[in-house]
Amino acid sequence: MSVMVLMGSLELGLIYAIMALGVFISFRTLNMPDLSVDGSFVLGAAVSVVMSLNGHPFLGLGAAFIAGCGAGAITALLHTKLKIQPLLAGILTMLALYSVNLKVMGGRANIPLINKITVFSPFEEILRDYNKLGFSLAVLLLILFLLFLFLKTRLGFVLRATGDNDAMVRALGVNTDSIILVGLALSNGLVGVAGALIAQSQSFVDVGMGIGMVVIGLASVIIGEVVFGVSSLLRRLMAVILGSILYRLIIAFALELGMPPTDLKLVSAVIVAIAMAMPVFKKRLSVVKRKMSKTPHERSK
Amino acid sequence: MLRVESLSKIFSKGSTNEKLALRDVNLSLGEGEFVTIIGGNGAGKSTLMNCISGVYEIDNGRITLDSTDITFEPEYKRSRHIGRVFQDPLRGTAHDMTIEENLSIAFAKGKSVGLQAGVSKKDINLFKERLQLLDLGLENRLKHKVGLLSGGQRQALTLLMATIIKPRLLLLDEHTAALDPTIARKVLSLTRKIVSEENLCTLMITHNMKASLEYGTRTIMMHEGQIMMDLQGQERKDMTVDRLIEQFEKRSGAELDNDRMLLG
Ligand SMILES: Nc1ncnc2c1ncn2[C@@H]1O[C@H](COP(=O)(O)OP(=O)(O)OP(=O)(O)O)[C@@H](O)[C@H]1O
Ligand SMILES: [Mg+2]
Repeated sequence: MSVMVLMGSLELGLIYAIMALGVFISFRTLNMPDLSVDGSFVLGAAVSVVMSLNGHPFLGLGAAFIAGCGAGAITALLHTKLKIQPLLAGILTMLALYSVNLKVMGGRANIPLINKITVFSPFEEILRDYNKLGFSLAVLLLILFLLFLFLKTRLGFVLRATGDNDAMVRALGVNTDSIILVGLALSNGLVGVAGALIAQSQSFVDVGMGIGMVVIGLASVIIGEVVFGVSSLLRRLMAVILGSILYRLIIAFALELGMPPTDLKLVSAVIVAIAMAMPVFKKRLSVVKRKMSKTPHERSK
Repeated sequence: MLRVESLSKIFSKGSTNEKLALRDVNLSLGEGEFVTIIGGNGAGKSTLMNCISGVYEIDNGRITLDSTDITFEPEYKRSRHIGRVFQDPLRGTAHDMTIEENLSIAFAKGKSVGLQAGVSKKDINLFKERLQLLDLGLENRLKHKVGLLSGGQRQALTLLMATIIKPRLLLLDEHTAALDPTIARKVLSLTRKIVSEENLCTLMITHNMKASLEYGTRTIMMHEGQIMMDLQGQERKDMTVDRLIEQFEKRSGAELDNDRMLLG
């Protein structure tokens, strides 16, 4: 693999890690499979590109976060107030966002962002070719730091406990509906920021760019858990980031081997399926081992 | 002080499985009263507790706690004044969080949930003090995940969490049923200690007939969604397990059919 490919994967890995942290909050911390991610990713991208076209790239990043929060809040309300199952609530939001995203983009399916000032432009002089990498890393580290602090606050505690045991949280006097609202808003807000950075980095937004994002996020979370462990909170968060980078390297490697880019989604799905099946594989393996070690003994009977 | 007036609860209303789980139940608990509840399978004991704590909406009746009508308050709001320990040790704690984190959430009951620090130094000392009272060595394991604790340790911890902010009412639903006898006894005597020290108004469901007479100040027996018997004072002091069963069978015209019921 060339250095350029490596750097490219690293840059993408860092940006997508922000999305993976969002997915981590919904899937792991809140224990809720939230599929709105595919839509809120594009929403963040669209909002950021439109703001950049109007000369406000940094404001656009903030707006992408807030828009993502809004999308997550809708999924949460569909679930908690209207009692729609989390999976379906997420799918409804995702579907609705497709139309919303097109509206944000003024009815166009894609918008290029060429020769416009992006969030990376101000760093071109100091960081040269590493401006995207450098700025993305800075944003990611800031988010990691704030998220870590947040999860150590009382609200963060209650958020984690809600995913762990919501009955207990209610028994201790907290309205779990509002906690789910906060969690899904934050989760999709981060996804929106990731969408914005990707759009800025590749200089365009496409209404279809969010397809499969939730699977990619989940793949990163699981790869991180399997490879780097889950022993402490900080370690879990770091594992998500490293998992995201590793995922990009795997994809880059597959492309190097000559896989057509159109097969990427297939590969993502396979990776997640394998990673999800890990516990089953491990169990089978131990059963097989037990059987093998037992056989000689049985034979001697 | 708890007051339950003509409480009725119907499950699956209007379907063929319609089940009248509570029929016109009236119950009044005075200051510091510790009531044990016994009864056969499906008598409605857990349903009564779940109606009081707001897990289920009720079909008729009124519930008042310290002269506040809580009949229509959502579960989480009532919980600020009600402490609960469930039968299943897994239900009372967050297993993926540490002892200290679990206690912090319990200790924040009724306070605002915001961006303040999750645990503070000051709280930790208090947690250690309280954990010492359990006599399980948990005070040295504050940073351990609750998932690593045994069922008995968890129930003791849950009991502490339910009472660390003094509740107006403590609800215990067979909280020792899943524990082995030695640990169960320990958790029961711990319960008695906390209840009497804090002078808590308490409802405790138990499947242990002996314990129902041994602990608390009053015993009620439920059958088919109704209170069959209400024992207190001298009558309760003179009661034995054998006579309790005899009385139950006479009044209900049925055999006591709780397969988990312990007579001794
Ligand atoms: N969520 C529910 N939906 C439908 N029916 C229910 C529900 N919960 C309880 N019931 C029914 O209501 C009746 C009372 O149940 P409850 O759990 O209160 O009994 P219990 O006295 O606690 O019995 P046990 O000693 O077995 O715990 C039973 O017939 C039960 O089948
Ligand atoms: Mg019960």
